[in-house]
Amino acid sequence: MLKLELDPDMQNRARKAAASIAGSFQWLFDDYSSVTIERTVLRLLGIDGATEDGTPYPNIVVDHLQQRNALLRGAAIPLANAIIYTGMSAQQIAEEIAQGNLDLTKTPVASPDKIFQVLDELSDKMLKHIAKQRETREQLLQTYGPRRIPAIYVIVATGNIYEDVIQAKAAAYEGADIIAVIRSTAQSLLDYVPYGATTEGFGGTYATQENFRIMRAALDEVSASEKRYIGLTNYASGLCMPEIAAMGAMERLDHMLNDAMYGILFRDINPKRTLLDQYFSRMINAYAGIEIQTGEDNYLTTSDAIEKAYTVTASQLLNEQFALLSGVKPEKMGLGHAFEIDPDLEDSFTYELAHALLTRELFPGYPVKYMPPTKFATGNIFKTYLMDAMFNFAGKLTHQGVQLLGMMTEAIHTPHLADRSLAIENALYIFNAIKSLDENITLVPDSFINRRANKVLKEATEFLERVEKEGLFKAMERGEFADIKRTENGGKGLNGVFRKDVEYFNPFLEKMKKELGL
Amino acid sequence: MKHNIIRPYGDKSGDGKVQLSFTLPVPPDDWGKEAAKQLLKQMGFEDIIICGIRDLHEGFTHFIAYAVTPCSVDSSKIKVKKVDTPVMEMEEVDEFIKENIGRKITVVGACIESDAHTVGIDAIMNMKGYNHRYGLERYQWFNAINLGAQVPCEELLRRAREENADAVLVSQVVTQNNIHIHNLTRLIELAETEKLRDKMLFICGGPKISHELAIELGYDAGFGPGTYANEVASYIAVTLAKKLAQKS
Repeated sequence: MLKLELDPDMQNRARKAAASIAGSFQWLFDDYSSVTIERTVLRLLGIDGATEDGTPYPNIVVDHLQQRNALLRGAAIPLANAIIYTGMSAQQIAEEIAQGNLDLTKTPVASPDKIFQVLDELSDKMLKHIAKQRETREQLLQTYGPRRIPAIYVIVATGNIYEDVIQAKAAAYEGADIIAVIRSTAQSLLDYVPYGATTEGFGGTYATQENFRIMRAALDEVSASEKRYIGLTNYASGLCMPEIAAMGAMERLDHMLNDAMYGILFRDINPKRTLLDQYFSRMINAYAGIEIQTGEDNYLTTSDAIEKAYTVTASQLLNEQFALLSGVKPEKMGLGHAFEIDPDLEDSFTYELAHALLTRELFPGYPVKYMPPTKFATGNIFKTYLMDAMFNFAGKLTHQGVQLLGMMTEAIHTPHLADRSLAIENALYIFNAIKSLDENITLVPDSFINRRANKVLKEATEFLERVEKEGLFKAMERGEFADIKRTENGGKGLNGVFRKDVEYFNPFLEKMKKELGL
Repeated sequence: MKHNIIRPYGDKSGDGKVQLSFTLPVPPDDWGKEAAKQLLKQMGFEDIIICGIRDLHEGFTHFIAYAVTPCSVDSSKIKVKKVDTPVMEMEEVDEFIKENIGRKITVVGACIESDAHTVGIDAIMNMKGYNHRYGLERYQWFNAINLGAQVPCEELLRRAREENADAVLVSQVVTQNNIHIHNLTRLIELAETEKLRDKMLFICGGPKISHELAIELGYDAGFGPGTYANEVASYIAVTLAKKLAQKS
């Protein structure tokens, strides 16, 4: 077995610093909410659909309350009040508001007891549905057996959900274990979730609840015929993080890209908005048994993969601590990293092994997610195919949880059907060829790999301790993460963050916290 | 004249052998193979060998083939539109600007509209650059402002005007449904409306961008894959110096 000897003191110091950084945001989690969190509550209370011009009803209701300065208690209380007063369903109320027939601030006020009773019933109904979805997944995994290690993860991105289904099914029949439907490229910056089945997108397909449902049904069909559970992934990121998590929970998605800091650094979304939204979205994921995945690969595509290797480790540790605060269990934390070292560098693969083992051993039992070479994929498909093979070799040898397969046509186009198939063939060949190789080999004492892994861990620890002292926002302001500078009050979406009133109530937050033991 | 005729080379001069790979919505059997052959015949290929057949499921099959093309190219008829300014190294570019322009050159760059992929603009602009070639931020005589991804055209132009930019750099990586053409055209049209088009150089880059395409779209220059920062820097420096010389 390839086994590192990681300095236990250093591990403790790194985790302690990361925990202290994540823990310093309790004020934000306790005292604030955001427009997308409120829209999530409305979705979970049964509001769906969109007006003819495409504005989703959850947005209509939240905007309606915000314009009347009536959102500070959250969206749940005014909605429940209107349900009691009108006798209509949540959906009907949203439609009446859109028509201009109803003003939530002008309905007579019901007694708190009645309001809480309505919210209790509605939230119970939804939480039961989500729990049922979670049980269905667990049951299917039990019937079909556990997931392959590493699980084979591929992406579809045609822009058309029906075309995506064809490609996803083909990939699943060939051996893919997890399908990710890449989102249309601008979706992370939309402050609403589009509605319905979609057939046009750029660089991907819109994440909508209907699209989730269509793909989940298609993959269930393959799971049943292949006797292998095919997981489905989407992206709970951007300005609608918790809404997408909720949609995924309702439709039984199995994984969600859900990074605590990605939106801040790589999409210029306001830091407070992002941290707040990730807190609630991860809680939904935790409750639904959805495995979260984090985007540390992005640190290496913008910076040098050796010099900045420690930023990956540091971010993994921060993501871990933020996830724990939301009740995500380690076995559901797919912390990310990537195979992005310059292939021209001598011993590049040896470095990669050191980094891959570091992630593996720092997070034992976590379904860590390994990302393929992209930065040095230049359009020479033959070379890229070879690099992908080396990547698959490293992934299998070090038992990564999820292997996001590289495509030989990286940097050329979104994968063609045959590109994806060749990538799966590559992985299946290597996984089979070195199935038990790891049981036969060890690292020599004082190996370069061991020294390198400890060096990265030490750099990450010192970095986290510096950030702890300085504060996360200050560190981001100085460009300490990925050389990108972000300010506390800069970026998109800050105007959607608000301080909660003392009477604020979010039935899902309360119940999920209780259920998750937070 | 024979040496002017260009044909693909397999293992003998002018044998015309090419390697092909494509997918058809056919089953992986003799019937499907015949469909693949007929397609290649229609494309004008001869001596077709289908050497690989892979079942892609859901009714699709992947074919790998070798064939001979009767086509050839007359070397005297090849014309390429490309950036023809001399290429200098970073230090030489800085020296050139110092001597010929005498002030820092301001460049504002971005990945515009829906495109979220900064790899191209970062390779050219970021301090670190790409493959050991530093980006414009590292140049002493460049004031490089990288606005990052998903920047609306309006925002890019507003910033370029504010900074009194000498050049605007645009990267477009996503090309599905020709979205890059759409975005690049929109930027140039807006620049014209806002009377900025002639005040600064407009340069685009990306995996599917060529100089020829860039000129067609109304840009000053275009750079394709594999371009390093010093090539772009050289072009900007030399072109601006020429413009200044013309003015004085």
